[in-house]
Amino acid sequence: MNLWLIPFFPLLGFLLNGLFGKRLPRAAINAIGVGSVALSFVYVVFVLSKLYPLHPAYSEHYFTWIQSGFLHIGFDLFVDRLTAVMLLVVTGIGLLIHIYAVGYMAHEGGYYRFFSYFNLFVFFMLILVLASNLLVMFVGWEGVGLCSYLLIGFYFLEGFAGNAANKAFIVNRIGDFGFSLGIFLTVLVFKTLDFGKLATAVSGMPVEASAGALTAITLLLFVGAIGKSAQFPLYVWLPDAMAGPTPVSALIHAATMVTAGVYMVTRVSFLYNHAPLAMSIVAFIGLFTAVLAATIGITQNDIKRVFAYSTVSQLGYMFLGLGVGAYSAGIFHLMTHAFFKALLFLGAGSVIHGLSGEQDLRHMGGLWKRMPVTFITLGVASLAISGFPGFSGFFSKDAILSAAYAHTPWMFWVGSITAGMTAFYVFRAYFLAFFGSYRGHHHAHESPPVMTIPLIVLAAFSLLGGLINVPHWLSPAFPLAEHENVTAMAISVTCGILGIALAAYLYVIRPALAESLKTSAGSLYTLVANKYYVDELYSGLIVRPLETISRSVLWRGVDEALIDNSFVDGLFGRTIRNWGALLRHLQSGSVRNYATWVLAGALLMIFIFSFSGGGR
Amino acid sequence: MNFLAITLALPLIGFFCLLLLPRHSKISAIALAATVLTFLASWGLIAPVRSSTAQFTSSINSLWIYSPGFQVHFHLGIDGINLWLILLTTLLAPIAVWISRSMITERQRNFLALLLLFEFGLIGVFSALDLFAFYVFWEIALVPMYLMVGFWGGQRRGHAAVKFFVYTMAGSVMMLGSIIYLHSQTGTFDYVEILNGIASGRVMLSSHQQLLLFLGFFAAFAVKVPIFPLHTWLPNTYAEAPMPATFLLAAAMSKMGAYGLIRYCLPLFPAAAQRCAGWIAVLAIIGILYGALLALIQPNIKRLIAFSSLSHLGFVVLGIFTFSQQGADGAVYQMIAHGISTGALFLIAGYLEQRRGSLEIADLGGIATPAPGLATAFLIALLASIGLPSLCNFIGEYLILQGAALTKFSWAAWAALGVILSAAYMLWMYQRTFWGKSSDQKHVIPDLTFRDWVPLLPLIVLMVWLGSYTQSFMPPISAATARILDQTSMSNEYRVDLILPGTTEFPR
Repeated sequence: MNLWLIPFFPLLGFLLNGLFGKRLPRAAINAIGVGSVALSFVYVVFVLSKLYPLHPAYSEHYFTWIQSGFLHIGFDLFVDRLTAVMLLVVTGIGLLIHIYAVGYMAHEGGYYRFFSYFNLFVFFMLILVLASNLLVMFVGWEGVGLCSYLLIGFYFLEGFAGNAANKAFIVNRIGDFGFSLGIFLTVLVFKTLDFGKLATAVSGMPVEASAGALTAITLLLFVGAIGKSAQFPLYVWLPDAMAGPTPVSALIHAATMVTAGVYMVTRVSFLYNHAPLAMSIVAFIGLFTAVLAATIGITQNDIKRVFAYSTVSQLGYMFLGLGVGAYSAGIFHLMTHAFFKALLFLGAGSVIHGLSGEQDLRHMGGLWKRMPVTFITLGVASLAISGFPGFSGFFSKDAILSAAYAHTPWMFWVGSITAGMTAFYVFRAYFLAFFGSYRGHHHAHESPPVMTIPLIVLAAFSLLGGLINVPHWLSPAFPLAEHENVTAMAISVTCGILGIALAAYLYVIRPALAESLKTSAGSLYTLVANKYYVDELYSGLIVRPLETISRSVLWRGVDEALIDNSFVDGLFGRTIRNWGALLRHLQSGSVRNYATWVLAGALLMIFIFSFSGGGR
Repeated sequence: MNFLAITLALPLIGFFCLLLLPRHSKISAIALAATVLTFLASWGLIAPVRSSTAQFTSSINSLWIYSPGFQVHFHLGIDGINLWLILLTTLLAPIAVWISRSMITERQRNFLALLLLFEFGLIGVFSALDLFAFYVFWEIALVPMYLMVGFWGGQRRGHAAVKFFVYTMAGSVMMLGSIIYLHSQTGTFDYVEILNGIASGRVMLSSHQQLLLFLGFFAAFAVKVPIFPLHTWLPNTYAEAPMPATFLLAAAMSKMGAYGLIRYCLPLFPAAAQRCAGWIAVLAIIGILYGALLALIQPNIKRLIAFSSLSHLGFVVLGIFTFSQQGADGAVYQMIAHGISTGALFLIAGYLEQRRGSLEIADLGGIATPAPGLATAFLIALLASIGLPSLCNFIGEYLILQGAALTKFSWAAWAALGVILSAAYMLWMYQRTFWGKSSDQKHVIPDLTFRDWVPLLPLIVLMVWLGSYTQSFMPPISAATARILDQTSMSNEYRVDLILPGTTEFPR
């Protein structure tokens, strides 16, 4: 089936635009950038229709990537039903966002650079998704991190963009440290990294015998997921990542790359199933992150940051789903989230584009008249993320919360309250932007069709995407659990609607009340608005001390004072000098002269020896 | 036709040509021709290694010095370990000549002559199979480098060159002592003969003797790698050396030490090597983290890359002393990858220095706007250097860490911290150098020209090739390292035997 063609098209697009983009007209850059992803999407649809029903999985071997001793790592790709979902999300939403970017980036410099990076991202993401062993997956994993770095730093003239890009890459590297240790330990225990062989090996192991090693492996891999999918305590890079252009935030930092951790955990779910402790930790971290990010989201004034924290929070939901064993619910939410979160960001981008770069909610307001398409589509997305009945988010969120209820009821309660908070802060942003009177000073205008059409398509998916029954599609790998629970559904929906109502009351009906609440909350509000000072904490506890130790202790102390001054120049140097004083009469003391003599002597030796003895 | 003889002879011929030819002749063209021809000749070394099952191919073995009881053979040969190191050397030499044409303006003829002599010495070091010949080549490689640093270097070149020379000489004198002592015990300088003797039981060294000899060799190699805490010559020398010399120092010469460790220290003194392995691995890990932490705060790009080199070479040493197939393969692979990625970093840093006259990070900033090609090339080399998968360094680092994890998991965990730090120091430097608004609006910074790209392109191609299709390189490496590990007798019961208290004699 030539699966390699799927990632190959975007790679080609990257190379063409990257190498020749500077000299190409815009139309050609667009054709290459968008066309490559379109080809990839069409080919994915073709492959999936040919391979239907995709059970069992289909794999292809291309070449041996690494071979050393017993360790064999092939460059192999494979497709199963889980991969199919991811492939469609990545190429489908990727295509829509590429089209949107043609309009959004129209006035930006470095146009070709943007599209080549964007294509490269799709390439690495597809490698990540198609990989049939952990190390090839790691190629995609770090590769998407690189593209994320390049695109966050796209406006590299601005200091904050560079800082955000570095932060993203380095924090992800911390996560990847865990991922790589997980890989090493997997090889140590199983002698292979191939998903198929691992699954076979694990299924033969009794739970008691393998729990220790598997818990360690799964927790280490989860550290990688925490970094990539922005979970506590490594979520700090994602809000800053909004420094990149908005299409980047939509595709990479909302719809696809940040879900890689969710995908990876699901991919190796057979390991997690044998490590109940690790699963509990996954669920707990997910839930905690969901709450934490939701509280911060309430206080943010930058429209993209609000949505960034909601991404962190929704990813927490997905991990909650995985942790309670509802893998298919997690992937379901991954898909619907990709629809509505991409739409939220693209809608925000449309607002920002219409307001010539304004991102602060306090300078918006009353935009519904001037941007009707953005207004309606963003409304659909907001209802979907709030889990409003009938919208896509309702189905997937319900699947996760029902599973949580069946597993650990208190997690369900916390999750439901968080759903209410989510609805509140998303609609807060929505109302602040579109209702009331306009508080800014730009001339607002609706975006061109090249941007609004992707919005409309995504709105359709955000509305109807819940009808795509992902849990059923994945049921051969992840059996459907019977925990449909009408009460639970009613509670979570009520929480969502209450959140919307509260937002409407505070920001449409009685706007003055919100301000007075903010003042009365006082220090609590300051704490949350400053993101609990986590960034400052990391900087003060890790980054600064590391620099100080390196500079004063290691460099000035160990390197210069101890090794060089005391030993090399001191003890050693003095001894040499003393001997030198003794022998000064024989020798000049200049190392240059010595060197000349050594050189001459060595050459002389070669000559003498090769003439005298070489022939024998 | 013995390509090894040709590969070795061409740089020496070029050296004499440069010295003897009249003043007005085209110096750099001759040097370039000599190094390019050497590179082409070295391609002839690949096929024999791939096709033959013999331990060493393209061998040269003639009696060199003879007196009763004292014979030196001019014995050279190629296996999977030194094959790629020699190709690396012969690839880097023409690049160094190419950039010397614009970067070295004074006494160019002498510089290029020394460069060719250095190449000759380095090829000899990598291919020698006789300890005496090895030592001679070892010193031949040292002297031209010392002179290049001392005469063409920066402001504090004198100090740097002396430090480099004294450090290295101190190490190599101890190696010389060990070589002579080994000769007194075995009656030969020939590496292969000694190995055969050990295998057949003719050569027996007590564990005390082994330890002594091992430490003698180790001293020379540890300085050269360098292994913490013998590294303080490195930042000075790298920073003060003229860029083509830094390029060769970092990319090629730094492999001498690690090569010596795997070629000599392991199979000749297996008991001592295994006894010391834990200590050396810890020193290697300290080097990895220490180099990375110091790189984090360097104010100068050259020094920063120098410390990053210390960190990366720590990985190589760690890989060797894991005594695992993966670790050894990774170590050899990392030597090549490091040569290419660090070489490219220094090369591009050299271009930057030509344009801005300084490599102090504080003086730079905003280079990406006027010179996007330069910034992109640097970024690619940087990504290779920090071990981005699909580029060259990843393969070596992964295999080394995997090997370390198989031997002792905590080693891998500590060493892998260096991978995080590498991203931190490199990206911070990159941001402050290339991103942001330019601090200096007055001077025009021209982007890379075609002439600048010529030496860079093969390196970039190799970064991708080594990173994504390892089968072109790995099989000969694996075959050779497997043999070395076999000679070091890594089988478990044997190792336990050696470590047991009370065993003083090397098992017969």
